[in-house]
This record gives sequence, C-alpha cells and structure tokens, in this order.
Amino acid sequence: MGTCLAAAHAESELTIATVNNGDMIIMRQLSSEFEKTHPGIHLKWVTLEENVLRQRVTTDIATGAGQFDIMTIGNYEVPIWAKQKWLAELHPAADYDMQDILPAVRQGLSVNGQIYALPFYAESVMTYYRTDLFKKAGLTMPESPTYDEIRGFADKITDKSNQVYGICLRGKPGWGENMAYVTSLVNTFGGQWFGMGWKPLIDSPAWKAAINWYVSALREDGPPGATSNGFNENLALFASGHCGMWIDSTVAGGLLFDPKQSQVADKVGFAPSPKGAYGKGPTWLWSWNLAIPASSKHTEDAQTFITWATSKEYVKLVAERKGWVAVPAGTRASTYKTPEYQKAAPFASFVQHAIETADPNGQTAQPRPYGGAQFVGIPQFQALGTQVGQTIAATLSGQVTVDQALASAQSSVTRTMRQSGYSH
Amino acid sequence: MHATTTVRPKRSAGFALLSPAVLILLVWSIVPLLLTLWYSFRNYNLVDPTLQGFAGINNYWYLLTDPDFLQSLLNTLILVVGVLAISVGGGTLLAVLYDQDFFGRGIARVLVISPFFVMPTVSALLWKNLMLHPIYGVYSSMMRAVGLTPIDWLQRFPMATIMMIVAWEWLPFAVLILLTAVQSLDSEQKEAARMDGAGAIAQFRYIILPHLSRAITVVVMIETIYLLTIFAEISVTTAGGPGVASTNLAFLIYSRALLQFDVGGASAGGVIAIVIANIVAAFLVRAVARNLEA
Amino acid sequence: MAIKRSRTKGVLIGLLGWAIAIWIFFPLFWMFITGFKSEVDAISTPPHLIFKPTLESYNEVFERANYWHFTINTVVISVVATGVALLLAIPAAYSMAFAPTARTRATLLWMLSTRMLPPVGVLVPIYLIARNTHLLDTLTGLAIVDMLTNLPIVVWMLYTFFREVPMPILEAGRMDGANRWQEITVVLLPLALPGIASTALLSLILCWNEAFWSLNLTSSNAAPLAAFIASFSSPEGLFFGKLSAASTLAVAPILIFGWISQKQLVRGLTFGAVK
Repeated sequence: MGTCLAAAHAESELTIATVNNGDMIIMRQLSSEFEKTHPGIHLKWVTLEENVLRQRVTTDIATGAGQFDIMTIGNYEVPIWAKQKWLAELHPAADYDMQDILPAVRQGLSVNGQIYALPFYAESVMTYYRTDLFKKAGLTMPESPTYDEIRGFADKITDKSNQVYGICLRGKPGWGENMAYVTSLVNTFGGQWFGMGWKPLIDSPAWKAAINWYVSALREDGPPGATSNGFNENLALFASGHCGMWIDSTVAGGLLFDPKQSQVADKVGFAPSPKGAYGKGPTWLWSWNLAIPASSKHTEDAQTFITWATSKEYVKLVAERKGWVAVPAGTRASTYKTPEYQKAAPFASFVQHAIETADPNGQTAQPRPYGGAQFVGIPQFQALGTQVGQTIAATLSGQVTVDQALASAQSSVTRTMRQSGYSH
Repeated sequence: MHATTTVRPKRSAGFALLSPAVLILLVWSIVPLLLTLWYSFRNYNLVDPTLQGFAGINNYWYLLTDPDFLQSLLNTLILVVGVLAISVGGGTLLAVLYDQDFFGRGIARVLVISPFFVMPTVSALLWKNLMLHPIYGVYSSMMRAVGLTPIDWLQRFPMATIMMIVAWEWLPFAVLILLTAVQSLDSEQKEAARMDGAGAIAQFRYIILPHLSRAITVVVMIETIYLLTIFAEISVTTAGGPGVASTNLAFLIYSRALLQFDVGGASAGGVIAIVIANIVAAFLVRAVARNLEA
Repeated sequence: MAIKRSRTKGVLIGLLGWAIAIWIFFPLFWMFITGFKSEVDAISTPPHLIFKPTLESYNEVFERANYWHFTINTVVISVVATGVALLLAIPAAYSMAFAPTARTRATLLWMLSTRMLPPVGVLVPIYLIARNTHLLDTLTGLAIVDMLTNLPIVVWMLYTFFREVPMPILEAGRMDGANRWQEITVVLLPLALPGIASTALLSLILCWNEAFWSLNLTSSNAAPLAAFIASFSSPEGLFFGKLSAASTLAVAPILIFGWISQKQLVRGLTFGAVK
C-alpha cells in the first residue's frame, strides 16, 4: 500500500516539444540516461521541423491547452511570453552554476531579473569560406571583411559551370529565415525597422543599399533556387561543396568541420560577419531554450529535466558518447575552457568571443524603440517578418524591383502596426 | 408511381434515418462557423492578448483592401481550373490509352494510379527536393546532361510548378474513374460504330466522350472539393511565394492565422472562404446534378 | 497488310502506355532508391544510379521516431473514422435515394459545400473545442474530425450507388414482409456491397493522407504518420536519404493496400456513380 502510493506520487509523464536539429536529436537519444537516474519520470518526445513546431507550441500556449510540459523556444519568444505570464518561473539549484552561462545569453532569457528558460545552445553569426577556392583565386580573407570586399571575392570565385557559387545566403521567406539575415544586414548598412514612435523606416536609403547588395550578390553569384534556401538548405549546399562563402549562424561550424557530415571539412575558413556602411549596430544572438509553460501540471519534474539537459554534466555526457565537436555550443563558459573542446573545434574561441561580445540591444543609426538584432522584440514581428520576408524574396526572383518591394513592405508594415494599435 | 400509403410513413422514417448524419454535420459546420463569425468581428491575436475587444468591420476591411487578397483569389481559381483541365483532359486520353490491350497493361495501370495514394506532404517534398531541386534534382541533372541550364522551377514558375505537382496527385484519380467508365462502354457499341465506318477520332468524339460525361462530372466534383483547399503542397514547396505568386486563399488564411497568429483577420478570411465555397458549390451542384440525374 | 499495321500500332500503344506509366511512377521509384543511399550519395550530382545500398537512413529513422506507434495510430484512426462514417451515411443515403424530398438535393449540396472551405479557417474554434472536451491528442478526437471531414463524400457516393439499385427489388422485399431494417441489411446492402467497399476504400485512403488536422490536433499519444513525416521534412544537415526513407515508410502501407484493393475500388465505381 505504502509503496503503491509512493509510486503513484512519483510517476509522471513529460511531453517535450522540440526542433529536429542535430543537437536536439542527440538530447533525445541520451535522454534514456535521464530516465535511468530518474525512474519516476517518463519522457515523451514531439520532434517537428521549426515552422511546424513554432505554430504548434504557440497555438498550444496561447490557448492554454497544456499539451506540452517542456517547449523548445527561441530568445525571441522567451521575454514576450514571460511578460504574458505564459511561462513558469525557473529556480535552478545552486549546483547548476548559473554564472557559468554566458552573460549575453543569460540576459536574453530573464525578465526583471527572473529567469524563464534555460539555454540549450546559442549562436551568433560568422562568415564561412572555402580556403581552397580563395587560394586558387589568389585571395585572402581580411581579419574584418566589409560587404564590398565580400562581393568582390564572390565574383572571383564563382564558377557556375562547376556549380560553385560565390556566395550563399538565406533566401527562404520567414521571419526566422531570410529576415533574420536581412535584418542584421540592414543594421550594418545603417537601416532599422522602426524609428521612435514606431514609425516604419523600410523605404529608407539604408534599406535600399542593403537590399540592392543582397539581391545583386545572390542573383549574380548565388546558387539557383535561392528563394527556397534557408539555414538548412545552405548548410547542405556548403557541405556538398557548392558554396564559396556563406554568412550564417555560428552553429554551422560544428557541422561543417565534421568530416562525417561535410565534404569540405578540411577546407573551411571563418571570419567575422562583414560590415556595411554603418559598421556598428546590434549583433546577432540567437539561442534555443527549454522552457516550461505555466499550464504544465508537472512543473517540478519538468524543471528537473531541463536543468539536466542544459547542465555541465550533460555537456560531458555528449562529449563521452558523441565526441567533443558535437556538444551543444554557445551556452557555457566551462565548455570553452575545456582543452578537448578547443582541440576538437578550431572555431571554439572565435565563437565564444562572438557570443560574448554579441549585443542584440546595440545602437542602431537612429534611436529605436525595440530590442533584438535579427528580429524586433515585439509580438507582431512574426507577422511583419513573414510579410516582408515574402516581399524581399520576390525581388530575388525578379518579379518586383527593390524599390517597389520596399515601398510595398513599408505600406504593409504601416498597415499591420496600425491594425495592432501601435500607431494611428 | 408508389401508393400514397407507403410514401407517407416512409417520409418520416426517411427523416429519422437522414437526421443523424445531417445533425452531426450541422453541428460540425455551424458551431465553428458561428465562432469564426464571432472572432471575425473581434481583435484577437494569439500572441498579443493585450489586444482585445470589438473590431467592427476592421478585419474585413484590412483583408479586402489587402492587395494580396485579390491575388490569392486569382491563384485559387488558376489552381482549380488548371488542375481540373489537366486531370480531365489528360485523364480522358490516358483512360482511352489504358483501355487498349498491350503487354503488361495491368502493371502499367497500377503504376499510373499510384500517386493518388501518396500523402500530399510527401509528394510535395519529393518533387521539391528529389525531382526539381535546381542543383541535386533529377530533372536538373537531366537538363545539364543535354547541355541546358537547369530551370529553377519553383522560383521562376511557382504557380505552374505547383499546378503540375497537384496534377500529378490528382490525374491518377481521374484516370481511375474514367478508365472504369471507358471499360463499361459496350464493346458492341464500339464495334457497331467501326462497322459504320467511324474513324478513331469520330468514335472518341461521338461515342466515348458522351459516355464519359457522367464520370467526368464525378471527377470534377470530387477534385474541386479538394483543390479549393489545397494547402500542404504550397506550404511545403514555396510557402506561398516568391512574394504572393503562389498564395491561394487557403494559404493566405493559414499565413494570417498561424504565421501571424491574427485569429481575427484569419476568421474574416474564413468567412469569405465560406461564402465563396457556397457560391462554387451552388454552381457546381447545379451542373453536376443535371448530369447525374440524366 | 492490315494486320501488320495494327500490330505496329499495338506495339506503339504499348510503348506509349509504358513510357507514360514509368514517367508518372518515377518520383516514387526514385524516393524508394534514395532511401537506400548514404546522405552523401543522395545529393551527389549527377545522381548515381549505381551505388552501394545502405540501411543507414532507415536505421536513423527508426532510431529517431517510433514508426510503429505512428502507423498503428494511423490505421486505428482511418479504420474507425471510415467505419463510423459508413454507419452514419448508409441510413442517410438510403433515405435520400429511396425517399427523396424536395430538399434532398439541397441537403446533399450543402453537405458537400461544408467540405470546400479551408480547414485552417476554423482551426482556432475547433482547437478550443477539442481542448475543452479533452479530445486534443486523442485517437477519438482525430477519428471524429476525420470522420466528419469525409462524411459528405461518403454520403454522396453511397447515394449515387444506392440510386442504381432498382426500386422494385426493394419493394419486392417489402411485400415479403421485410421491415426497414431488414430491407437495408438483407436486400440493399448485399446489392450495393461493391459500391460500399469502394467508398470505404476511398475514405480510408483520404483519412490516411489527411495532414492538417493530424498535425494540429495531436502531439504524441495520437500522432499519425503525417506528424512522423513533419519531423523529417527539413532538418539540420543533409536529409535527402532520411527524408526518402521516412517517406517510403509513411507511404508504403497505403500504397500496397491501394495496389491490392485497386480491383475492388474499380469494381465498385463501375457499379454506381461512373457507369
């Protein structure tokens, strides 16, 4: 009787929603270790591609349906959802070592000093390039390249007859796909989404310059089908030797340098993200985090799991089973201090530096009422980013000119902002 | 024709038999419809609960004045008409072809109707990645092999390509139905026509085609129902783009409801879609009914 | 001379028939082949027709997702939805076919029109209803929704089949003292069986392939194969091999089922609507 009661009390089942990215798939495989050491907790996994996942978890949390106990969400959602009281507060135990988490990442997950999600992996942005192609063309990548230089390099290494394209960039429409890249590109050219008073600034000369660069680079030196290439597609293109350069998330490093997944593992070089006319501006920072919806009935057990999955011990477990190059990157200083990791990942200190210095709230050319480097930290950005992302993609396929696209983006953003009560 | 005595009790019993299905469908369509109607007059954004209250006709106004809306209506029409034309036209020709006797005909038929059994998501993924991908796709390799530059189908001709993919799924259905109809045609009838000296084209025009009209209505009926709400193929291949070049009404509503989480706006779209569905249904039913009663 | 010409014509027709069949089937063949390639082989340009087959992709698919769980869910949902739809539709179609009223045609039309609006238009209401009735992520919930989506088509098809059954036969049964229940089960159903079988087959296929509600109303317990595919459609890294393997697994059961039952499907269709 006593044991029966105890068992009934201890048994709980956690439903975890996550993205089908490599690091999460490893987490899922290794979670059997967690179940072994926590016999009362059973894990159920829902693994979906990013867009579908986002749609599912947002519908679920916004309607309070409570189908999930743990959700994988970005640092875009965390502060917005926390303010709406959709997320449970987290109180990790002292031995979790919160101070070990890189401050830039930690800050993005806190609201008023209270933490609402724990980071699983984090990324900034960098330029990947093919050292062999650069050598053949007699080029060297400068320590801090500019967008003008990148364009010149792309022209020189493009060899369409051999299906080598000078530059690959995100073109697939979506606020988390092309607009993540385009927003950070626009920032460094001196543009921004809104000025004070939420006035849209999309038809500005800075946007024009940035989008013109983007369109002409991709049209002349980019791969065919750029409008369907997101992060994953470009990763596959670069890994199979079709890209000369690629400006994207630092997390791609772990995959491009892995000979099992990449045919160019020994020919990859890296440099910081290029600078445009303005040069300064906020810097790209993204993290995939584990959070607990306030509607979960197993908050305690869910917290036990997410502290396990984001702990130092978990990093060691991945290193043991899958090798150091496969550990989740960008979250813990202790990972970067490990000599084995530094050896396995030649880009480690570079990435650490990029993330530590990343400042998503950095200054834009004009004052702005919002935070975020590759997104705008308001609930409406998903709508705006999706709309404008489609319009930008249409310039790549040549359906509309850059000027037309920006004018129509400006008016659709103005409409949406008016509709949602930001401006009148 | 029937005695009145049998008709009377039959009516009431007929109602009793019919009602479970009708009632359950009524609930299924009316309850969400009323909720949708209610939401369509409210500010309701899933990700921004601070935005609430009565919106008046705002949601409709924003939707109807949205330049994407007209484009999406047009795309819906193009997709339905285009796929219907391909599947009815192609289906008739293929039905006549597979009615002929040749070696391994049974297996060839099975191969032809196979795509109908495939999930829409899977067929869209297959075409996008394995067939039409401008670098790795089989079609691109074939074009390169003969010295042509591969075409980036989904970027250059998004609507036509989606139409092709959807037709690949639904043409087999048309073949299945039309082939059945062709086979049921009396061979004596065909023989008699040949005796009268009718050529192949005349036979097709005056004997086979009229005989198929009923089967064609069936194909048009069922396919229209599915084609009006085509969604997975667009979402997987182009996500409605580039721009709104391949956005149909279903996808526009989807992008309002689930990419932008604007339930109010999406509901207004839903109400408009319901109105359109009823108009189409009225036309279709009239045309179909005439053909089926005959 | 005439015979010779018709023989060449026969060969040409055969060639044409086979060429079109192969062309239409090719994507599925290629999916099957690619599932047995390594990821690097799967994206090689030009594609290799000759390669070393490997079970790498299949192993990974099985490791990442519990395929049988998804498949069993799909089978249960499709069968239950089809069964219930038939139970509701048979009496309805019977009364429409044999006791038509002035409103029958309008009712039929209205039923079909409920099928013509994009499901996403009513997603939020349905989602909230499912939440409040605790039907989210349950086999029952999804089976109900699939049943309702197919019910109009099932009613309509049965109606066209039933109309082919000659009234005098039913009346003869009634003369012999059969009540309505016997009239339906003993007289009508056996006569219309091929048509009912075709309808059931079509409904099974449509339920199996339904993706929108499957994805939105389930998470883990009741997730069918459409959700299984969603975790392989655009993952990080190279994925053509895994995508092909997962697609093959999701499509194979219904495809094989379709091939086997194809004759049945055709036979039923000949019986009614299409004749």
